[in-house]
Formats: sequence, structure tokens, C-alpha cells
Amino acid sequence: MTEQNPREDLPEPVVRKHRFSLSLIWLVPALAALVGLSLVVHAWLQAGPEINITFQTAEGLESGKTPVKYKNVVIGKVTGLDLTEDRERVRVTVALNKSAESFATKGTRYWVVRPRIGLGGVSGVDTLLSGAFIGTDVGDSKEEQYEFAGLETPPAVLHGAPGKSFVLHTDDLGSLDTGSPVYYRRIQVGRVSSYTLDKDGKGVSLRIFIDGPNDRFVTRGTRFWNASGVDVSLGANGLKLNTQSLATVIAGGVAFEEPRGPHDATPAPEDADFALFNDEATAMAPPDGPPRYIRMRFNQSLRGLAVDAPVEFLGVNIGKVVSLTMDYDAKHTRFPLTVGAVVYPQRLGNAYDKLAAQAGMKDGRVDLARMFGPLVAHGLRAQARTGNLLTGQLYIALDFVPKAPKASFDLAATPIELPTAPGSFDKLQEQLADIVTKVQKIPFDSIGHNLNQTLADLDRTLKQVNGDVLPELKGTLKGAQRTLGSADNALSADSPLQQNLGGTLEELRRMARSLRALTDYLGVHPEALIRGRPDDPPPAQPERIQPPARQGSKP
Amino acid sequence: MSRAPRAAQLGIIGCHVCGLVCRAPTGDDAACPRCGAALHRRKRDSIGRTWALLAAAFILYIPANVLPIMRTVSLGDIDDNTIISGVVELWVKGSPSLAVIVFTASIVVPMTKFLVLGTLLASTQRRSRWALRQRAKLYRAVEFIGYWSMLDVFVVALLTALVRFGFFSEVEPLPGVVFFGLTVILTMFSSMSFDPRLMWDGPDDD
Repeated sequence: MTEQNPREDLPEPVVRKHRFSLSLIWLVPALAALVGLSLVVHAWLQAGPEINITFQTAEGLESGKTPVKYKNVVIGKVTGLDLTEDRERVRVTVALNKSAESFATKGTRYWVVRPRIGLGGVSGVDTLLSGAFIGTDVGDSKEEQYEFAGLETPPAVLHGAPGKSFVLHTDDLGSLDTGSPVYYRRIQVGRVSSYTLDKDGKGVSLRIFIDGPNDRFVTRGTRFWNASGVDVSLGANGLKLNTQSLATVIAGGVAFEEPRGPHDATPAPEDADFALFNDEATAMAPPDGPPRYIRMRFNQSLRGLAVDAPVEFLGVNIGKVVSLTMDYDAKHTRFPLTVGAVVYPQRLGNAYDKLAAQAGMKDGRVDLARMFGPLVAHGLRAQARTGNLLTGQLYIALDFVPKAPKASFDLAATPIELPTAPGSFDKLQEQLADIVTKVQKIPFDSIGHNLNQTLADLDRTLKQVNGDVLPELKGTLKGAQRTLGSADNALSADSPLQQNLGGTLEELRRMARSLRALTDYLGVHPEALIRGRPDDPPPAQPERIQPPARQGSKP
Repeated sequence: MSRAPRAAQLGIIGCHVCGLVCRAPTGDDAACPRCGAALHRRKRDSIGRTWALLAAAFILYIPANVLPIMRTVSLGDIDDNTIISGVVELWVKGSPSLAVIVFTASIVVPMTKFLVLGTLLASTQRRSRWALRQRAKLYRAVEFIGYWSMLDVFVVALLTALVRFGFFSEVEPLPGVVFFGLTVILTMFSSMSFDPRLMWDGPDDD
């Protein structure tokens, strides 16, 4: 039955259309979708704010590759590079990480770290190979900002770095640059963070940053100087070379120190102003005070006087020559030279204080004219003197000239003009000229002529002497010689005169002996004069003596 | 009709694994007397599984392309490349032939597989009789090229193993390559789970 007509007898089976009975295999795409979704969520969660930074150039930057780093931690990535609408700059789009949200705030600074090879050193060497990256320095502000102007050079000072910045004023920048080191006792303690031209264009203001804790060494009395140069001094101790470091010689640097002696040792406040001196010597010198301009007119050649030549007051350097201009005096057909000089009267120390107290103030400054007035009346004159005999360099000396002719001094003139006196060198020249004219006045010609005549006369006299006097003299001498020869003959030992003389003398002696014998006998026998001599002969011994006496008595 | 009879009409069934032809079983749980594999008239839930695997492969293909697959470090210069950026780089740096090969293996082949399998599945589901022979050839082509799309993965694996010179040169695999490998594997599974005989079933069954 059932087999024959199944369709009619059997009940309709329940057809379960489970079209949505998902087999386990669908877990695979579900899992894949989950993974994909998780990736999307992760990326979305990781995505931080997008910011735009503008730079001058996109050199070294690559879209999708260049990282943004803060303290060398990657906090984002460059995602796009584009020109700004005005084509002036490059707009760099940076996707910051979620964790770096705080970098999209006001005050954050961005710059491109590229390898920089300067005289002061090499920085960013790692970027030579790995490519440039964008460096970051975050500020304190919480205010959100998404557009930034990137710095072209890395900032010298990072935000929050311990230390203080100070402002230095100088005439010109010299070889200093951003990043130039600042030394304290030859240890680098800071650097130049920026520099700007002063508003009036007459100087440069440098901002330096001294790292803590060394910033406490900057006191109110601290002096700063440009340590860029090489200081070579030749003294009694030999040649001395003084520099801060080799790098400063090439790249420049600033050094500071406290002056010797008492000074204000309170630490300087942030952003305090200081003057930047050209070298250590001027920095350490007592303060110059404001410079004053004076003028001098010289009626003499000033060969050897150069700009920067010193101006000395009684041997104290108080300034320097700043200008030399020539004038023409039609009345005397002369060319007076006007010398302009800048002087620092305060260098006179106590003398200045006393003089200034006397002179009083004018226009808020010490009245220089009234200060110099009495001095000029007492003979103060400016002189151009030779400072160096070898090179003939001149300097201006302000000295009291004794017996100086009275000079007019205009108290109201600005700038004040000091009267001048001929310099020592000038005087020397005059004296020399005097001597020369005197020497010139000596009649060398006639002197020579007279001398010539005298010599001719002498010559004549000598000739006469030779011709007449000398032969006579010769004869006389010969005669004299003859006389002497005969005298010699007469006096010689074997001459008859001599022998006769000897015999005579012998006879005289004998006579003297017999006379004595006679006187002796008469002394004993005075009667003999009357009676005569007795017969007894005298003893035999005196007999020998007696004969000469007898003989002698005979004649 | 003069058409050859179908296996189902003759009450026989072929084993999927060893190809042994046996009588069609009456129950559900039949096994091949030779190799022991389960016997089915057609691959079980073929369309559904293929769809699922294909969908999964397609989903994973997105991160595979978006995420970088390889990091090359040369002299400190870190360079992350996705598949497309790698192809572009190869092209720009003067190896267009290599670029074409990589592009074919990584973009053309997977996309072709998605398209072909999708078309096959859709047409089979609709029991379309359109271009049956060509579709069969297409399927065989997909099966054939399936293995070759692992090229990228091989390249990354090889480079990672070979290029290890520290700072000077280094190659590192990145997550993208995992997703790409999964994509390729899933497309292969997908094409394997597709039963091409289903194509031919449609017109005659009803």
C-alpha cells in the first residue's frame, strides 16, 4: 500500500529549512573579522591628534616615514607633506600618537633634526644615516593648538631645563652664534640661545642660558666678555697665549667671571642685563661709565695717529681716538686736523667724583665742559705725543703744559673742544731744527781757509828750520862732542894730570901726618920750642911714621 | 537523452580521498571500505564552507595590505614596506620585472582567486548552466596557482633569515606578512573545500 501510493498515504514530512544553521566553519571568517576589527579599533585608539607644522623646507622629511620624537621617544609620524597656499613654506602633517595628545598644545615647539656640522661641533650625527626627524619641546600650556610654525634651528634651551637666561648687550656679534658656548672658569656652563639686533640698530642683544645649578655663579657683579679671540701677550715672563678653548678660537664663545675685589655677590635675577666686553682685560677693568665725546684741533701733522689710538690723562688711559678729519683754514692757509675722541671720565676714579661734584650736572649728565674749564685754565692741553719711537705711533696726551699760552675754551660748545699744544715730538723737531740752523751758521768755509793758511805758514817755517838752523846745530853738536872727547881724555885714569894729582894728594897726606906728629910732640914737650929736641930718638915704631913727617916738614 | 548516466542515478558513490567507487550508502555515516574516509555524494556543505573561508580570507587580505609586511634596515635607515609600497619601490628603484612578479604574486593572484571563487560559488549556487566548461577550467587554474601566491611570505622569510648584518642591513618581518600568509592559506582551503561537481549537478538535478 504504502509502496504503491506513497504520496497520498504518507504524511507530509516536516521540512525544516534551517537555512541559517551556521556550520562551525563560519567561525573562521568571524574570527578574521574580529581580528580585523580589533586592528581597526587599535589603530583608532592609537591615533592621536593630527597637527600641521610649517617649515621653510621639507629637506630630509619623508611622508609616512619621518618620526616625531620627544626625548628620543617616537610620539608621531609625518603623514603628509604639502606646500602652503602661498608656496612660501612646507606644511607637514603629523599624526601624533594617542599618548602624545599633550603635544598638540600651545607653546610646543617643533624643529627638524638634521645633521648639522658647525664649527662649534657636530650634532645629529645619528640622523646622517637614519634620516632627519622632527624634534619636539613641549610647553606648559594646556590650550590646544593644531597649527604650528616649525623652528628652523633647534632651540638652544629646552623647556623646563634648570637654569637661567640672561641678556648681554654688545656692539657686534663677532663670531658668536646660537649655540656658542658660555664658559665659567673654562668649564662650559651654558650657551647662547638667541641673538637679535637692537631696535635702534646700534647694538646686538644676546640671550644666553646658563644651566643650573651653575646659574648661581652669575651675580650682579659678574662681567661677561667675548672669549673668541686668542690673547697673546709678550711680557717679562715670555710669550703667553691665553684662550678659552680651541673651539672658541674658531667658533667663538662667551666667558664670565666675577671681578676681583669686593663686588655685589647676590645672584642675578632671570633675564638680567649685562654688558658683553670685548676681552677679559676690559671686562675686569673698573666700570667705564658712559662715554663722552671730545674734540681737539691740531695745527700739525698727525702722521702716526690712528683711530683707536689711546687718549691718556696724566698717563691714565681714559679713552680712544674715534675720528680724524681734516679742515681748511683759509686765513692762515693751514690744514688743521680735528681729532674726535671718546673718553670715559669715570676711569679717573676718585678724581672724577670730586671734579664732577664741582662741575655739577647738565642734561642729566655731568657737565664735562665745566669740569674741564678750570683744568684748561690751569694749562691742560691736548698733545699728540709719540708712543712708540720705532713705529712713530702717536697718542693723545692730556697734560698740564707749564707756561702754556692762554687758550680760549668754549663752555657751551657740544662736543667740547679742548685746546691743544704742540706735542713733545713736535718740540723735539723744532729743537732739532734750531740746532741744525745754528750748525748751519758756523763759517766752516772761512775756518777751513784760515786753517789752510796757518798750515802753509807752518810749512814754510819748518822748511827754514830744516835748511838753516839744523846744519848749524849739527856743527855745534860736533864741537861739543870734541870738547867732551878732550875732557874725557884729560880725565882718564892713566892721564898725566890724574897721576900728578894722585902724587900731590899723597904728598899732602904725608904733610898732614908730620904736622900731627909735631903738634903731638909739642903738646907733651912744649919746651922743645925753646930748647929744641932732646937727642933720644923716638921709639922705633913711630919712626916709620916720622920720616914722612920729616920729609913733609922739609918743604 | 544520450548523456552519460550520473553516479547518483546508478546508485554509486566515489570516495573523495582514494577515488574508490562503491555503492551508494543508505545511512549517513558511511566509510570507504578501502581508505576509511567518510563517504559523501558531494563534499559536505561545500558551498557554505567555501564561502566562509573565502570571506575570512578576504577580511584578512585587508590588514595584509594595510599593515607593513617587512622592515628593512640599511645603515640605520629604517624602512617599513607594505605590499604595494614594496612593489612601487622595486619599480622606482629600477627592477620593474621583479616589481611585476611581486605584484602578480601578491595582488593579482589573490584577487583573481577571490573573483574566480566568488564567481564559481555564485554561479553554482544559482545552478547556472553558463559556460560550464570554462568554469571548470577556471577552477583548475585556481587550484593550480594557489600555491604560488605564498611568494611574498617566502621572500620575507628568506630575507629575514639571510640578511642579518646588524646595523648595516637587517630585514624584519612585520604583522602584515602573517595576515598575508593567512589569506593565502584560507584561499587555498577555500578552493579545496569547493566541490566542482556541484557545478554540473544543477542543471540535471531538478
